[in-house]
Amino acid sequence: MNVQSNKYTFIYSTVIVLIVATGLAVVSTALQPAQVKNVEVEKKQNILTSLRVQTAPTNADNLYSQFVTGSFVLNRKGEKVSGIDPFEINLREEMKKPAGERNLPVFEALKNDSSFLVIPVYGKGLWGPIWGYISFLRDDSVTTGDPHFNTIYGVMFDHKGETPGLGAEINQPFFMVPFRGKTIFDERGNFVSIEVVKGGADPSSRHQVDAISGGTITSKGLQAMLDSSLISYQTYFKMNN
Amino acid sequence: MKNLKLILNPLNDENPITVQVLGICSALAVTVQMKPAIVMALSVIVVTAFSNLIISLGRNTIPPRIRIIVQLVVVAFLVIVVDQVLKAYVYDVSKKLSVFVGLIITNCILMGRLEAFAMANKPWASFLDGIGNGAGYGLILVALSTLRELLGSGSLMGYQVVPDSFYRIGYMDNGMMILPPMALITIGIIIWLQRGFNRKLIEK
Repeated sequence: MNVQSNKYTFIYSTVIVLIVATGLAVVSTALQPAQVKNVEVEKKQNILTSLRVQTAPTNADNLYSQFVTGSFVLNRKGEKVSGIDPFEINLREEMKKPAGERNLPVFEALKNDSSFLVIPVYGKGLWGPIWGYISFLRDDSVTTGDPHFNTIYGVMFDHKGETPGLGAEINQPFFMVPFRGKTIFDERGNFVSIEVVKGGADPSSRHQVDAISGGTITSKGLQAMLDSSLISYQTYFKMNN
Repeated sequence: MKNLKLILNPLNDENPITVQVLGICSALAVTVQMKPAIVMALSVIVVTAFSNLIISLGRNTIPPRIRIIVQLVVVAFLVIVVDQVLKAYVYDVSKKLSVFVGLIITNCILMGRLEAFAMANKPWASFLDGIGNGAGYGLILVALSTLRELLGSGSLMGYQVVPDSFYRIGYMDNGMMILPPMALITIGIIIWLQRGFNRKLIEK
């Protein structure tokens, strides 16, 4: 056969493309369940980390069903939205919507007889997306109208590709631990969020944490992420329920 | 003997990174820690070996006018399979390698070996040549990542090896080692050392 001819070249390329396409389709279908499972386990681990539960990929499923008791979706008015699985919500898509139309996932958890709410946050760092989960401790002693969920119990942040040694440090304990015990509402019940302060937070402040030296834009992005994500939940946190 | 040479030559005399200076980009990007570097090295070995084998098997049937396209299709196929397998079985490492597994497709070592060797040699020899060149690339990756992780993070394979007492008396990890520029300088040092020991490599 003449390997130089046009006919041969056309047939050869068609056949090889068909073989490769079939091969890839088979590989993709065969491996998909394992890949989906990995993403799911990672998400469960993230939620548990914000609840200060140590996890490994192998025990994440068990621990998740042990600590996380329920989940639901809210709108900005603090009303529950039915028909959406909070675990499946893609925050990147939600953050593109106008603030009033976002679906807000909430995860309820129980640990050492205390109730917690875990909410996901999503924003932009210097080079790409940053995200995280924040758990709030329920406070039943507050008066009507004041927020039930005010005190941060734990946080978990991660990033796609922030600068190693600088912005990438947002997923390190030295940055995340100081968030514990901070509050997002002031004494009068007004939403103030958490301030990520460059040059050192005031140790007496209940709303400030240290920024990362040299990671200014990531720190600012993280602050913006907290502001824009948390404010949507303020109505619900204040509801008497 | 000849087959052994196919594997051993790329490790030293014809090393893809330090002698031919191919595949530098990923060598800088994925060598901050040892574990991703080792997985990357294995991925490249698999892809070079099997793309060499497949192209060599079909070398007499491939239409010469579209041979580069055929080579790319085969390489792309293998890389996507490797990427999917990593995502399914070593998810945490695949996140660290991110786009660099996909970028194996554009790794000059691959196209270089396919054009220079697999198109003109028998399958078994091509397969060994692929393993050799992948291993030559991997060897440098592992050496580089060992140095970078040790000096940059004080650990190896994720385990801390620099004792706490060092840090207490004022030792600090070198943050520069984590960044790509220092990787380039380190490769330079490796090339310098290699030429110091291997006189054949020094141009007259």
